[in-house]
Amino acid sequence: MELKTKITAEDHKQELLITRTFDLPVELLFKAYTEAELVEQWMGNKVLVMENKAHGSYQFENRDAQGNVLFRANGSIHQVTENKNITRTFEMENTPFPVQLEFLDFISLDEETSKLEMKIIYKSIADRDAMLKLPFEKGINMAHNQLQKILNTLK
Amino acid sequence: MNLRRDVFQAIADPTRRAILILVSTQSMTAGVIASNFDTARPTVSKHLQILTECELLKQEQQGREIYYHLNPDKMKDIADFIEPFRKLWDDRFNKLEQVMKNYKSTK
Repeated sequence: MELKTKITAEDHKQELLITRTFDLPVELLFKAYTEAELVEQWMGNKVLVMENKAHGSYQFENRDAQGNVLFRANGSIHQVTENKNITRTFEMENTPFPVQLEFLDFISLDEETSKLEMKIIYKSIADRDAMLKLPFEKGINMAHNQLQKILNTLK
Repeated sequence: MNLRRDVFQAIADPTRRAILILVSTQSMTAGVIASNFDTARPTVSKHLQILTECELLKQEQQGREIYYHLNPDKMKDIADFIEPFRKLWDDRFNKLEQVMKNYKSTK
């Protein structure tokens, strides 16, 4: 089966290409990225700032039930062309990860399908690889936590 | 984690990926592998060395020839390694698709 989401990370390059085809017209795909209310729904983060214009900015946040900030990210929007592309930066606050540059291309395949090509440029190859490993390490931690929980119940 | 990273970088190169695909059909000598590429023979040898060092390929002596074949266990490690990152984005995009389909039906 053809995978809908593909990741390309070539050797000796500090970039990453994420591509995905959607059963959505390109207008809806673009809207999912530019309307705060919709972004909140699929990203699961609260949108604090969202200015879709050249030299605008955005900020996302996620808090736990106690109100502690779990995740906060922000960026500058460099350029926006409706239903075509967004060029922006992305930075996770309070993490060692440097800012990254993102080129989002929204491509219409036909009236009902579209494609997103997201090219991310990192500060260094090591930074890119660290980002790739992030969910892997999180997965390991989750497995460890799960194991810890089971062990605790056995005590 | 270092070994994993080496494996990951090994498959990030397009020529090395092509070599893995080629060898997956049957074991081959370095000469036969090189004949499938326009790249210079020493370059292919270097790629084979990297793939062997991180155990993606295994060498097997048959008479006077050394055959390279795929190490399926190691290949599985790679799939497992990049998969969480891909899965993370895939889940996120599935959600996006669902949110927008709902949005469309309410318009």
